[in-house]
Amino acid sequence: MAAKILTCIGCPLGCSLTVEMDGKHVRSVTGNTCPNGEAYARKELTNPTRIVTTTVRVCGGKLPAVSVKTASDVSKSKIFDCIRALEPVEIPAPVVMGQVILSNVADTGVDVLATKSVPQESGAEKTRF
Amino acid sequence: MKDYDLVIIGGGPAGLAAAIAAFENGIRDILILERDNELGGILNQCIHSGFGLHTFHEELTGPEYAGKFIRQVQERGIACKLNTMVLNLDSDKHITAVNRKDGLFTLHPKAVILAMGCRERPRGALNIPGYRPAGIYTAGTAQRLVNMEGYLPGRNVVILGSGDIGLIMARRMTLEGAKVQVVAELMPYSSGLKRNIVQCLDDFGIPLKLSHTVVGIQGKYRVEGITLAGVENGRPVPGTEEHYACDTLLISCGLIPENELSRGAGIELNPATNGPAVNESLETSIPGVFAAGNVLHVHDLVDFVSEEAAAAGHHAAAFIRCGGNEGKERALQVHCGNGVRYTVPEFIRPHAVDPDEKITLRFRVSNVYRNMRVAVYAGGAPVYRRKRPVMTPGEMETVHLDVCTLLQHPEANHITVTLEEV
Repeated sequence: MAAKILTCIGCPLGCSLTVEMDGKHVRSVTGNTCPNGEAYARKELTNPTRIVTTTVRVCGGKLPAVSVKTASDVSKSKIFDCIRALEPVEIPAPVVMGQVILSNVADTGVDVLATKSVPQESGAEKTRF
Repeated sequence: MKDYDLVIIGGGPAGLAAAIAAFENGIRDILILERDNELGGILNQCIHSGFGLHTFHEELTGPEYAGKFIRQVQERGIACKLNTMVLNLDSDKHITAVNRKDGLFTLHPKAVILAMGCRERPRGALNIPGYRPAGIYTAGTAQRLVNMEGYLPGRNVVILGSGDIGLIMARRMTLEGAKVQVVAELMPYSSGLKRNIVQCLDDFGIPLKLSHTVVGIQGKYRVEGITLAGVENGRPVPGTEEHYACDTLLISCGLIPENELSRGAGIELNPATNGPAVNESLETSIPGVFAAGNVLHVHDLVDFVSEEAAAAGHHAAAFIRCGGNEGKERALQVHCGNGVRYTVPEFIRPHAVDPDEKITLRFRVSNVYRNMRVAVYAGGAPVYRRKRPVMTPGEMETVHLDVCTLLQHPEANHITVTLEEV
């Protein structure tokens, strides 16, 4: 039986949670001041997930890159797989917010969407600093 | 140049929300002046998620949050001038600005909303000894380079300051293939959100060293290393120095409201916030000039920026419709009691507000407090009380005061916000 310590992210209290594990099962959670703390600890130790955000290259756009996110949260262990899968992606402008950039990223079953619109570059308009 | 009823300086979250609110309150002649080549401000470079939980009950990224407001501005046909730099604002509300298309021009609107946002505290303001090599960036500059311009500013990174932008950049640089060795924080606590400490540092095994600071930067032309030391009573402790070989130092040591224009206009500033001193209508010491968002005081959540800016837009619209009511109302000064670092607004005119409305008072505490009560007094009479399990300097507190209750104490000559033992 192993004890794990995590910080609750539910509110600024930031309770230090001690979780007793029995193999892959959560046996007990202590240190939380509210039920959200226990729910957070159980999720975090059995199935932690995150929304992954990054950028991909754009060709022929007003900006050289467009911001993207996973449409829903993916397993925490898949974060770097998602990033690696997006590394070679280059998308032609125009890009529209909400457009699917890559479907089923790293076999997570989740699509990656553009979070910004990037219009095509119109010659002289481009401003560089 | 055509004259507008309302000119808003800054097209970030505050400027956008102020413009929409002024339009909804019947003002049509509105112009937004923005110095970047697109609207949205700093949200455009904040590609991580977590924006809009309060307003839209969903977790948006910065560009998505900005997009919702930009669309509303466009649908209403509100005029914007991009790539436009405001050079001066005077005490009579003359605005001098310049851009490539119109050249130098002057505007004289009936009302102005200041929405210029804030800037990062740079290395020069931190007294770090050492050369000035390449490789030292504020976290926000690095964020813009990585997320918008497509450059990685370094591969081996130390971060000074555990503000939210520093934490976000620790994760961002890691995802882009850089090695982030450590985040050092001068204070014994982090000013960043717990969520960011867990998801940006703990997730990637990046250590956070509290009560530590940078005491040396090595390298003449490019950063070659950083020396950290422990801090006690605000001073580095000899013998605790540790050396980190690295090529980049990111600085996330606080934000300062950008009030160059306000100062030039002679607007009275509050030394605790570095922003304009405003009344309950978010009006500065110059009648008809309003302020909202990070130019007024640094916020931690954009939702509250939008909310505050919408209020400024509403009050600016009322000013344009009926002229000011300055001087007609006695203003009560808001005093900071025990544990309260500042309040916004600094002045309240109870009679200037519709009696059915509430006055929003935002403040920050000066330390970490547990199990305390927020109390507000009009003169000596209690008008508000609420228990708070925890309050931290990094988290803005909000109080909604009943105008009716305030009006019951006409003898009061000031208002006090204070923290009390329960």
